Amino acid sequence: MNRVDAYLRSLAARFLHRHETEDDLAAELESHIQLRADDLVRSGLDRATAERQARVEFGGKARFADEARDAIAGSVVETLVRDLRLSVRQLRTAPSFTTTAIITLAVAIGANAVVFSAVNGFMLRPMNLPHEETLYTLERADRDATESYPNYVDLRDRNRAFDGLAAFTLDQGWLTIGRDGDAIRSWLFEVSGNYFDVVGVQPYLGRFFHAGDEHGANSVPYAVLTYAYWRNHFQGDHGIVGRTVLLNRHPFTIIGVAPPAFRGTVLIFAADLFVPLVDQEQIDGASLLNDRANRWLTVLGHRKGVVTPAQAVADLNEIAAQLELAYPKEDENFKILLTHSTLGGDAFEDAVHAFLVALMLLASLILLAACANLGSLFAARAADRSREVALRLALGAGSGRILRQLFTESVLIALVGGAVGLWGSVLVLSWLANWHPFPQFSIRLPIDPDARVYVVALLLSIISGFVFGAVPVRQVLRTDPYQVVKSGSANPVRRRMSIRDLLLGVQIAICAVLVTFSIVAVRGLSRSLHGNLGVDPHNVLLVDTDLRMAGYSKERISAMQQRMLAAIRAVPRVTSVGLVGVSPPMHVSWNETDLFPPDAVDLKPSKAAAHAIQYSVSPDYFHAAGTRLLAGRTFTVHDDTIGPRVAIVNELLARKLYGSGASAIDRVFKLPDGKRVQIVGIAEDGKYTANLGDATPLAIFFPLLQVPSNETWMVVRSPEDPQQLSAAIRGQLRALDSGLPSFIETWTKDMSGALFAPRVAAVSLGVLGLMGAIVAVTGIFGTAAYSLSKRLKELGIRTALGAQRMDVIEAALGRAFRVLALGSLVGLVLGLLASRVLASIVYQASPRDPLVLIGAVVAMFMLGLVATWIPARRALAVDPLILLRAE
Amino acid sequence: MAAPVQLLPGTLDLLILKAVSLGPLHGYGILLRVAQISRGGLLVEQGALYPALFRLVRQGLLKAHWGTSENNRKAKYYDLTALGRKRLQEETEGWKRLAAAIGFALAAQPEHL
Repeated sequence: MNRVDAYLRSLAARFLHRHETEDDLAAELESHIQLRADDLVRSGLDRATAERQARVEFGGKARFADEARDAIAGSVVETLVRDLRLSVRQLRTAPSFTTTAIITLAVAIGANAVVFSAVNGFMLRPMNLPHEETLYTLERADRDATESYPNYVDLRDRNRAFDGLAAFTLDQGWLTIGRDGDAIRSWLFEVSGNYFDVVGVQPYLGRFFHAGDEHGANSVPYAVLTYAYWRNHFQGDHGIVGRTVLLNRHPFTIIGVAPPAFRGTVLIFAADLFVPLVDQEQIDGASLLNDRANRWLTVLGHRKGVVTPAQAVADLNEIAAQLELAYPKEDENFKILLTHSTLGGDAFEDAVHAFLVALMLLASLILLAACANLGSLFAARAADRSREVALRLALGAGSGRILRQLFTESVLIALVGGAVGLWGSVLVLSWLANWHPFPQFSIRLPIDPDARVYVVALLLSIISGFVFGAVPVRQVLRTDPYQVVKSGSANPVRRRMSIRDLLLGVQIAICAVLVTFSIVAVRGLSRSLHGNLGVDPHNVLLVDTDLRMAGYSKERISAMQQRMLAAIRAVPRVTSVGLVGVSPPMHVSWNETDLFPPDAVDLKPSKAAAHAIQYSVSPDYFHAAGTRLLAGRTFTVHDDTIGPRVAIVNELLARKLYGSGASAIDRVFKLPDGKRVQIVGIAEDGKYTANLGDATPLAIFFPLLQVPSNETWMVVRSPEDPQQLSAAIRGQLRALDSGLPSFIETWTKDMSGALFAPRVAAVSLGVLGLMGAIVAVTGIFGTAAYSLSKRLKELGIRTALGAQRMDVIEAALGRAFRVLALGSLVGLVLGLLASRVLASIVYQASPRDPLVLIGAVVAMFMLGLVATWIPARRALAVDPLILLRAE
Repeated sequence: MAAPVQLLPGTLDLLILKAVSLGPLHGYGILLRVAQISRGGLLVEQGALYPALFRLVRQGLLKAHWGTSENNRKAKYYDLTALGRKRLQEETEGWKRLAAAIGFALAAQPEHL
């Protein structure tokens, strides 16, 4: 304890009385010299000579004082401050080096911070709900995370493993606030009565509804607002509780507001209000609550503490087995898994996670490239400073001291770069978090940075500082002061492949991978937007109306739809107008159906011949949408309830069912309800969903009159300006029914919403590629400029001896270009191999696209050209006379 | 008298502790005392003494205070702490064993094997 005590006292003395300690040290050394001088005087020298000799005998006073200081406690901090001061001075003398290094690092750290924030938001810090570790989402073994309402009720009531099971779904509704207010499209969470209790949240204002409020269908006329919606639409009015609003023309009483941190149980979805699931019929116009086969609900709940996850799964599957036995047709293959899902728990969630991991990998590659870049810059700088290093070594500085100085410099640069990068990334992130690219979708990106992001950025900065600071260590340790002072250069021996060339090669390879990736991604995106969609979305407006909301009964909807089509057809310059349900292709939602052979008796889903996306369309739809018919005919007004059942299939479906497109005409198949349908036409293939990796999109179209749709989407083709056209359409619709809500936008815009995920993917890959390119340019530029500056004299002599311009450039930059070519080649091959993985994530991305290869080669060549342009100009401008004179 | 030899690494601390154990000394006095008690056989580099002194103070083996020298100069005096005295004892034991062992080893003759 004594030692610790002594140390602490010494430390305290050092900081409390810093100057005293310094003075003390000086006084003690001086007293030593005086005492020695006294002895020398006694032996017969005069005072002045004695003092001089005493000083000479003592040796390097400053150095010993230094070492003595090191021996005193607390010197670590002191030394650090001294090293820092020296570093700042050193870096100030090389502003271009410092700036390049900081920018490179800021780009790399910034990229990592942004990507890590996304990983953090999506994967590490999911939803901030109480006891999230025991909150599970039920999922079918086929990775479909939805359940029908009757199944949900059975699971909820019969299970013994959960503290209640809640169910929810997302929906859209028309909300009217006030007596004469306009109906606004708003986003809903339809939730079971026990939802808030199961999830475990408390109201911010008023109260929530509970399981006890439910008394059968349409029995709970209550709504709960999300905090954000309450702030934005009700100005945070505390008197809101008890007010009545109209949702799809049905009155709902607002009973409470959810707390700010609770935005529902889907991570990227920002809903407006929570309404009871039992009111689904009022909201949607048709009840799904008794349909056991229709799976549309996400079920979640807290596992009881005493039950293990395996026991919980077993418990649920026991119920599932009973249900399968009782309802063999609806509940075929009923197997349940438990997951911690935040995005709906299907393939989409997997894709998002895989993509984020891939992005994180790419971002760390950028950081690695930046470290290689800075490592070679530091090595070059260390070589330039070999004289200074040698001098300090000769004057007695330990090599440990010199290394410490070098690392202080590199970590200092890393920290400054990291801070700049983090600052930039916070700007980008806050912009992204407030970004509402598609007003029709309520998407919220959970990527706001938190403490974890800052810590990671700090750690990455420090680590990279040490990594690139370590590159010149060997070189410094090898420095032989005598050699350097004699010849002026640290490495008289030139090796064929220096560590700097290797670093540059690695860095270029990494960048080539990134550039290839980004070209693959961007190309995939442009193909997805301009490729064969099976429709022509240009010059088309989509008109979304809701007839049920406007109070039309099921029977009257069909007639009204016909009148609306006729009214819009009458608008000037409208080429054609069609109607499609449930929603147009490439929208966020769709319906699917099973198809069976005509003689099938067993109509279980597993016996189906095909599974296709289903549309109900009016006769003019194909023309309006720009979908070509390859064979057969379109629908007519005679394809109605009286006529025989008919359908049009796309070519892929025709081939799947009958082997070839043409032979499918007039063939018959069976629907799940047993009805026989005849195929009358073949439509071209297209894209129907925004599903990633949806390889075989099969589609079937039914005539609207035979398979009516409650949803009313009209496809209006016209060369007219969209703004004027929508005004005209609105006018027509209002003339038909002034209370009819409508939402009009161009088809291209609607599609961009469906393509949101692949778009974000492509853009982020593109940006990372660009960052890789920036790092590559600074790396090549730095190396080329440095090697040029080392060889200016040689180049001057060459020019003086009559070398041609090409020879000079070859001599100056040949090495850099060869490394560039080799690195690019390696990077391209790696990039193309890895792009196979990418193809599964980014829509329509294919590495086998010749344009990608050409693009990547051209891009790397251009990067090399840009980066070596200035050094090449300088090489050509070498004037031997000036150079030789300067020496 | 033979020329003074360089100190073995690690022996400086031991010599300082020994010199101070014979009575409080200032830095220069320690140099003189070491030369004296080693009968001129050991030479301590003047400046190298101070880092060692500070280290020993930090380790709590020495304590220091300002005083006045016999020729009336202000000087910093070093004295052993209890911990320093204990350490000196241990190190002396250790050194004796080491010296004896090396002495035996170097005195070995073929017939002794």
